[in-house]
Amino acid sequence: MNQIKDRQEAIIEEFSMLDSNMEMALNYIIELGEELPVFPEEERVDENIVKGCQSKVWLTASFTDGHILYKADSNTAITRGLVSLLVRVLNQSSPQDVINAEIYFPKHIEMDRFIGTQRSNGFASMTKQMKMYAVAFLAKQGA
Amino acid sequence: MEVTTHDIDIQSLRKRFPVLNQKVNGKPLIYFDNAASSQTVDTVVKSLIEFYEKDHANIHRGIHTLAERSTKKFEETRESVRYFINSSEADEVIFTKGTTESINLVAHSWGSVNLKEKDEIILSQIEHHSNIVPWQLIAQKTGAKIKVIPINDRGELIIEEYEKLLSPKTRLVAFNYISNSLGTINPAKEIVTLANEVEAVTLIDAAQAAPHTKIDVQDLNCDFLAFSGHKMYGPTGVGILYGRREILEAIPPYQGGGEMIKDVSFGGTSYNDIPYKFEAGTPNIGEVIAFKSAVDFINELGHPVIESHENELLRYATNKLSALEGFIPIGTAKNKASVISFLIEGIHAYDLGQFLDAKGIAARTGHHCTQPLMEYLGIDGTVRVSFSVYNTKEEIDIFINALKNIISKLR
Ligand SMILES: Cc1ncc(COP(=O)(O)O)c(C=O)c1O
Repeated sequence: MNQIKDRQEAIIEEFSMLDSNMEMALNYIIELGEELPVFPEEERVDENIVKGCQSKVWLTASFTDGHILYKADSNTAITRGLVSLLVRVLNQSSPQDVINAEIYFPKHIEMDRFIGTQRSNGFASMTKQMKMYAVAFLAKQGA
Repeated sequence: MEVTTHDIDIQSLRKRFPVLNQKVNGKPLIYFDNAASSQTVDTVVKSLIEFYEKDHANIHRGIHTLAERSTKKFEETRESVRYFINSSEADEVIFTKGTTESINLVAHSWGSVNLKEKDEIILSQIEHHSNIVPWQLIAQKTGAKIKVIPINDRGELIIEEYEKLLSPKTRLVAFNYISNSLGTINPAKEIVTLANEVEAVTLIDAAQAAPHTKIDVQDLNCDFLAFSGHKMYGPTGVGILYGRREILEAIPPYQGGGEMIKDVSFGGTSYNDIPYKFEAGTPNIGEVIAFKSAVDFINELGHPVIESHENELLRYATNKLSALEGFIPIGTAKNKASVISFLIEGIHAYDLGQFLDAKGIAARTGHHCTQPLMEYLGIDGTVRVSFSVYNTKEEIDIFINALKNIISKLR
């Protein structure tokens, strides 16, 4: 759990250095997106599309040794960057930690200023989908 | 008359739009989203303040001085709109809250008593949702069918195909004068003339046309015409519906309430004369009164001057954009208003729009309320810039440089 919190604190720290400059923040976001691991072509299918996002977002998750590994991608550069932030925060955590996680960094970095409210809603859909995977893995683990 | 840009002193004109003089994200604002809503001219704002500070009273209802004053001013706007669109009488001018409400009024009041099963409504592929959905609603209720005029590669209506759709079953043809997504200027008069041959009723959505080009409802010979104040330097919450007297008199009211009645009893109610029959309740009095200043502003500049300035900006921007690698124009009609929809190869429209905003440039991204058109074009949206009378070539230069910078970053 602390790991999820620490990662969010790190993101807040990084964005605070951008001095609320919108263009610098966007530049930083797309750089982060470029570092996202390549999304497997065969998984770029409709079933993996997150509903409720304005641009296309693909998300998959796998479960090994009690930890979830998320993979994600988007057809827009800014969204890919934003998605990479969520992946970074939640990756390699236990299903219980993901379910319990409170995602507060978007508010702290004033994300809706950079991406608008519609996209912020998409971000919430993305978070929800990641938690759904965690719920499913937890159920499987318990079974 | 050939008019040139020199006929306007842009810098003093811009001073009449204080909103333009501000920074957005640390950069001077460049407002290129005029097709969505144009900025409000100073005399409109002044008039609004004056109304609320001096004249506020309900209209057509009292005999006291303030009520008289506001009623008189309200009716003065109606007369100046009559003049603006050259209708033969002011009673044919109805105030609504926007183009959307104007079209809904016609779909509901005219449609409910004039449409039946197998009747046909003709729309075009490039309509705004507000000229699609009201017709779908009334079509569902009455069993009427909707036919769609297709477009060619340039985004122009194919008139030969339109002619094939026309038949004795056609009850109504509704289309936009100028497309908000593509900028296409449609041959409105020709479309109406052809509709008249099969005795179909016509409605022109002039939301984009009113600020740009001279409208003459007698010359167009249309039955209905709708537009919005906020797209022509006026306030929000004011729309116009022009309707031909015979039709307006023959159709039922849209909403019931005060103002629209002659006598009310529980045994039965008789309706007021036009236009009041269609103006139930207290309207946006202050905004309607202030709207007159927007009409005056356009009249004083004159449509030829406005058109020539906007066309010059269109030409200038189109040339510069076309030189950019990967520039894909969406909509290249020969007759086009100052609206440019485009994509840049390999870059998503949302990314472009977001970065433009970060550079202080207000452009529109998305489907522009024309999803059927976007679906037809096989895209999920475009970036759109639309120029108004207060925009300048310098702003276009800044925009082009910003775009180059964004492209180099995102490629
Ligand atoms: C062509 C066209 N029709 C209708 C509308 C709807 O106008 P309003 O929202 O003012 O009712 C618009 C506005 O975007 C438009 O561009």
